[in-house]
Amino acid sequence: MAREATATLDMAAGPGAGEGAQFCTFRVADLLVGIDVQRVQEVIRFQEMTPVPLASEEVRGLINLRGQIVTAIDLRHTLGLPGRGEDAEPPMNAVIRCDEEAVSLLVDEAGDVVEPPEQDFEPIPSIVPAQLRALSSGAYKLDGTLLLVLDAERIIRNDPESPAAAAARPTRSHHQ
Amino acid sequence: MTAPEVDEVVQEFLVESNDNLDQLDSDLVALEQDPGSAELLASVFRAFHTIKGTSGFLGFNRLEELAHAAESLLSKLRDGALVLDQDRAGLLLQVIDALRAMLATIEATGDDAGDDAGHDPATLIARLQESLSDDATPAPARDRHAEEPEIAVTAEPGPESPATAEGPAVAEVGDDHPAGERSEVRPAVAERSVRVDVDLLDALMRQVGELVLARNQIISHAGVLEEPALHQTVQRLSLIVSELQEGVMKTRMQPIDQLWSKLPRVVRDLAAQFDKQVALDMDGGETELDRSLLEAVKDPLTHLVRNAVDHGIESTDVRVQRGKPATGTLSLRAFHEGGQVVMEIGDDGSGIDLGRVAAKAVERGIVTAEQLDRMSEREIVDLVFRPGFSTAATVTNVSGRGVGMDVVRTNIERIGGTVDLVNAPGAGTTFRIKIPLTLAIIPALLVGCRGRRYALPQANLLELVHLDGDAVRNSIEYLGGAAVYRLRGRLLPLIGLDQSLGFADSVALAELDSLKIVVLQADDVLFGLVVDDVSDTQEIVVKPLGRHVKQLPIYAGATILGDGSVALILDVAGLATGAGMRDGASVATPAVTENEAAEEARGATTTIVVLRVGDDRRVAIPLELVARLEEVAQADLERAGGRDVLQYRGDLLPIVRLTEFLGEAERADDDSTTVPVVVYSSAGRQVGLVATEILDIVEEALEVRHVAAGPGTGLQGSAVVQGRVTDLLDVDAVIDSTIGEVVGSGA
Repeated sequence: MAREATATLDMAAGPGAGEGAQFCTFRVADLLVGIDVQRVQEVIRFQEMTPVPLASEEVRGLINLRGQIVTAIDLRHTLGLPGRGEDAEPPMNAVIRCDEEAVSLLVDEAGDVVEPPEQDFEPIPSIVPAQLRALSSGAYKLDGTLLLVLDAERIIRNDPESPAAAAARPTRSHHQ
Repeated sequence: MTAPEVDEVVQEFLVESNDNLDQLDSDLVALEQDPGSAELLASVFRAFHTIKGTSGFLGFNRLEELAHAAESLLSKLRDGALVLDQDRAGLLLQVIDALRAMLATIEATGDDAGDDAGHDPATLIARLQESLSDDATPAPARDRHAEEPEIAVTAEPGPESPATAEGPAVAEVGDDHPAGERSEVRPAVAERSVRVDVDLLDALMRQVGELVLARNQIISHAGVLEEPALHQTVQRLSLIVSELQEGVMKTRMQPIDQLWSKLPRVVRDLAAQFDKQVALDMDGGETELDRSLLEAVKDPLTHLVRNAVDHGIESTDVRVQRGKPATGTLSLRAFHEGGQVVMEIGDDGSGIDLGRVAAKAVERGIVTAEQLDRMSEREIVDLVFRPGFSTAATVTNVSGRGVGMDVVRTNIERIGGTVDLVNAPGAGTTFRIKIPLTLAIIPALLVGCRGRRYALPQANLLELVHLDGDAVRNSIEYLGGAAVYRLRGRLLPLIGLDQSLGFADSVALAELDSLKIVVLQADDVLFGLVVDDVSDTQEIVVKPLGRHVKQLPIYAGATILGDGSVALILDVAGLATGAGMRDGASVATPAVTENEAAEEARGATTTIVVLRVGDDRRVAIPLELVARLEEVAQADLERAGGRDVLQYRGDLLPIVRLTEFLGEAERADDDSTTVPVVVYSSAGRQVGLVATEILDIVEEALEVRHVAAGPGTGLQGSAVVQGRVTDLLDVDAVIDSTIGEVVGSGA
């Protein structure tokens, strides 16, 4: 699954892939997720972090990003995916930003920027686990894989919409 | 001169002149109080002179004319020919306002010939000229200072004169002008400070951050290589970068004085407007705050000051009637406390009338009469912070427009601060603004726990206690599972940091080989925090936490240590709350403030042991008289001579069962085999009081609400402790009325 995702990415990232929104893509467990390219500040390799006792489980720690303290969120945990194995490669930091606040999402791998055609977008089916639905507006049907679009703002704000609200929401256009 | 250059010079002139005008405001008000001050006169004169000279040079003729007219008056004042009275001071202040309006016009249009927003320079100039001549001979009323200006003529303005620092650009421009003949001694401060764009500072801060990161990477790469020379260089680099980082962060700090300097004028104008006499007393203006926070408290501060003069301080007649000094006092204080910056705005006015607040709140529909009945005094006072509340009997143009205290609170809370109000009806009101340490630089103690470092604000730190070996076992005692340490005879509750941080496998304190106790104070609670190790004190820069961790009360923020790693800053009040030592519900501050208010009223707190007797009766006794707290087996309580006794340290300790004594039922479900005994000792007599449970040891300012029925009840009265009604036991009376003789013979 993961291998497929990477392969598809290369194809999708070709020039002139469409006129839709652009997404930075990341692999999280066996899932391919996309975040609005304008929300992604940078992707950096694994950083030493300071754990925060008593914080919720998805908070893996705090990192020093050039003098700013940024919370590192384990995207696997947020999305309800299985944890990273002991001997797995250290995760990457995808730093996303909105309203002056930055959060680092721990992802397994960073992929390319894609610009999938808008007609390939579909709202998320209700069969998808609620945890995941709460942070996503929908998915793009790429060749051989799906690109789950994550709402960076909601992750940063730490107030995911209730799954019911997410399900009830009409399809949103990602045209910029 | 090309166009952009002109713009730059004008820009510089505007900034400088506005600064000069601000300084003029405070200097003039100060001068009004002390008309003989040669130093102040020189400073005021110089400021007008600079504005006149530069505006003439730049071709702002209307500005120049007005400044010139003012300068003429000042020159007479300086020469002692005239005295600065209230009228002249008022006139000069109006000139300042007009100049300010003209500067704004220049900024907007590039020309001083525009609309002056209601200020008429021509009239002002005429009045200034009038004031030159209207009393060539000083009026008798001003005689009291008549001799002082003589001194003023000869006095040289000292280098410490409070004139605003002048930037190089304006200084040069001014010197070009022929009027530069009166070149004054430049204040030394002008040579040691420069004006820097805030954006530049922010950019510098970010760049230093990048540098720190790069430095950290070099450190880790250098660690791999074995090259002593490189290591040494890296170490030096590391040190320099840390110092640079700290230095750049400090550039953003500004003294609160920056805000306060505008207030003397505000207070003076308001007092004149309401025909009141108000003295402004400021203390702690050197306290530093990050500039962004300073900006955020500006409006709330001004509003509170206006309110105090308008509503707080009474008119002179009323004050005299009430036996107060005719001049009201508005005092501003700023200081660091508990890792926060506290600003107090207090007046000695009439205070807040609870009855009026209550009536108004009901009238405005903010609360219903039924709700009001259930509210404490504090809650009623707090109603003034509700949106749409205003108690001003008449709406003035200063305050009382219904936008007010709620906006103040919202603004302060937006930056994570709190506003509280201490009300003393008839004696004044004090607002207490606490601003969090976000971005402030504070001294902190670094402590270790489970291999991680945490910072504790030094402001909360009282002392460090280190216990080794037997000392640990001998001096740690347990009360109902809670560890306490006797610190110079007083029981200090202990919290393990590992336990507070939620580590499940925390070790019982008495089992440790050595114990490092950090004695901390949070508002009204004193406790010991047990940590794994204590490292050094550092000046740390407090950084805010992200949303995902911000809500944890145990952290006040985070900081970046010298090695670039992140350390969490512990919130001492949060720690105390987490350990149940403060009433969690009241952490939002009202209860604490209530304590503070009570403390202020009586100036003392008492440490008491709170006991539960029977089902839910709460009884308190002063800790001072408690010799020990013991847990004894029910079976050990024996009967002798018709009374309960306990064999205790080779003696017989008379026992009083408080449930029996107070007529409470023993708990039906109480099947515990041990009971807590408070060994009480007073006037050479000892007695053991059996309670159902020892709830807590608290330090509180006790306000005995009502005295219970006479002697024999064994009660002194009741007080509210931790938000609950608690009976205060009069132990001596208990002893007398139950086992007096026995104790007498036993002792």
